Amino acid sequence: MNEEMKSAIEKVKKETKPKRNVLINTAKAFFVGGLICLIAQIIIEILKQQFLLDKEMANSVAIAIMVFLGSLLTGLGIYDKIGQFAGAGTIVPITGFANSMTSAALEAKSEGIILGIFTNMFKIAGSVLVVGIISAFIFGSIRFLLGI
Amino acid sequence: MIFLMAFLIGGAICAVGQIILDVFKLVPIYITSLFVGLGAMFDTFGLYDKLVDISGAGATMPISSFGHSLVHSALEKAEEVGYIGILTGVFNMTAAGIAASIIFAFFISLIFRPKG
Amino acid sequence: MKLGKQSISFDTIYLGQAGVAAGPKEKQGPLGSYFDQVYDDLYCGADTWEKAEMQLMRDAIDHCLLKNNIGSGEIDCFVGGDLNNQIIIGSYVMRDYDIPTLGIFGACSTSVEGLIVAAGMIAGGSFHRVIAGTSSHNATSERQFRYPTEYGGQKPDTLTFTSTVAGAVLLTDTPTDLRLSGVTVGKVTDAKLNDPLDLGRAMAPAALSTIAAHFSDFNTKPEDYDLIVTGDLSYFGKDMLVKLFKEINIDIADRYNDCGLLLYDRDKQEVFAGGSGCGCCAAVTYGHLLAKLRDKTYKKILVVATGALLNSIIVAQKETIPGIAHAAIIERSGD
Repeated sequence: MNEEMKSAIEKVKKETKPKRNVLINTAKAFFVGGLICLIAQIIIEILKQQFLLDKEMANSVAIAIMVFLGSLLTGLGIYDKIGQFAGAGTIVPITGFANSMTSAALEAKSEGIILGIFTNMFKIAGSVLVVGIISAFIFGSIRFLLGI
Repeated sequence: MIFLMAFLIGGAICAVGQIILDVFKLVPIYITSLFVGLGAMFDTFGLYDKLVDISGAGATMPISSFGHSLVHSALEKAEEVGYIGILTGVFNMTAAGIAASIIFAFFISLIFRPKG
Repeated sequence: MKLGKQSISFDTIYLGQAGVAAGPKEKQGPLGSYFDQVYDDLYCGADTWEKAEMQLMRDAIDHCLLKNNIGSGEIDCFVGGDLNNQIIIGSYVMRDYDIPTLGIFGACSTSVEGLIVAAGMIAGGSFHRVIAGTSSHNATSERQFRYPTEYGGQKPDTLTFTSTVAGAVLLTDTPTDLRLSGVTVGKVTDAKLNDPLDLGRAMAPAALSTIAAHFSDFNTKPEDYDLIVTGDLSYFGKDMLVKLFKEINIDIADRYNDCGLLLYDRDKQEVFAGGSGCGCCAAVTYGHLLAKLRDKTYKKILVVATGALLNSIIVAQKETIPGIAHAAIIERSGD
């Protein structure tokens, strides 16, 4: 490859750099993410008023229900279609966590239960747990020592 | 009112995630990891708790609440039993979420096949 | 005979009939009617994604043998590969055939790499009938290089969509109506692009390098071909290649297209930037372009298969993504 081609590549690389529709994508993420949180809030209110659960218990049950919905929609093959539309709107909520675990387990099913499902479940979601625990340790330790 | 705030705050947190995804061309794992860390950080001075009071599920649904719960329960236990409480208490609040995720992921993956 | 720096011209290499098998999206695409076997779902009647890709490869080989009216015992060698780790699809498929096998890997440039190796073996006067084949499958590729197929992550517009398709063609020294008259072997070209979700642009510099070398070695220009086609640069890579050639004062725009854009209708099908995968170039070339040569729409075409050389570990180590492109001239013999 001669110098002429190399400089052509450098020039055209910059010229053709693709742009993303940040505004539209953000609007879609806002809408779907907000909707998922709204649905969860409705579930919490029903649990508090109909089932008379206290705030913490209602929250925990609501999380379990949202996780179930995320897993189920993943199994049905619907979550990835919503995710393509909503981007961070489906990745950031806890349903995204459930989706990452269920989709990894589902994909690895062809390797069986132990080598497939069990081994691969945390392939994508693992980072959330690890970062969470380490952050909790660091911030917890700092605050414990400083008394805040 | 809480319903409106849940929608707005939850949507806003997701919107921030989307902006980071598109502007920095990152993959989703970076966003979830970042938000969990930020959630842990904002538990300081009860900031995240205030957000939960205002917006309910708008703050407890995003993955950032995971980080907040981890550090919150770690410190709660540490106040009870001393520093070791950070290790013994860290999973208290998040136990339901993690257990549910594993159990449902397992059963759903047994029943269904990926569709591609 | 060696030509220039990296090309070989052939006098006695001919193309027989080809077999192509495809999945649902390809069946619904503009070229669906050109394929010998099509399936309505990605599992292709098998239990796993990997077995589905094996079924496609088997179908392509079977249709190739059938259409050439020969048995597997008359084939001297099979040359092929795919995108899976250890090119496992080809290896496992060839268990069922009594044919000597050479596995090759060139990422999505495997189709033309297969033609080059096959032609080389025949040109020596040694082998007489060699099948070159390759396959790709959307799910096996997503699983290995990106994310589980049901994962909710958002795919950007620059993503090239791995096609679910396999193609196999017979090369022979017995004269037929189509000749493989020359090949250009590409060099690994790293233009320091590093986005695995934008592979079309990562491979365009490799296509530039190989096509420019081809013109130089054969002393030809774009006008000498009725069509120049790349394997899977798709929308963004194609645009980049046209601009690259314009920078070095060569105009390919009026006779250049890309297999990834021919295989699908980007407006109606959700394929992001367009098709990719080893099978993409194979399916479009063996299924459609050979037919266009045979029905005299084209007389002489240049097929340039392009591959992105990466795996997930090396990309995580923040390495850039080099590409490679191999070119083959296919033309009508006789007139």
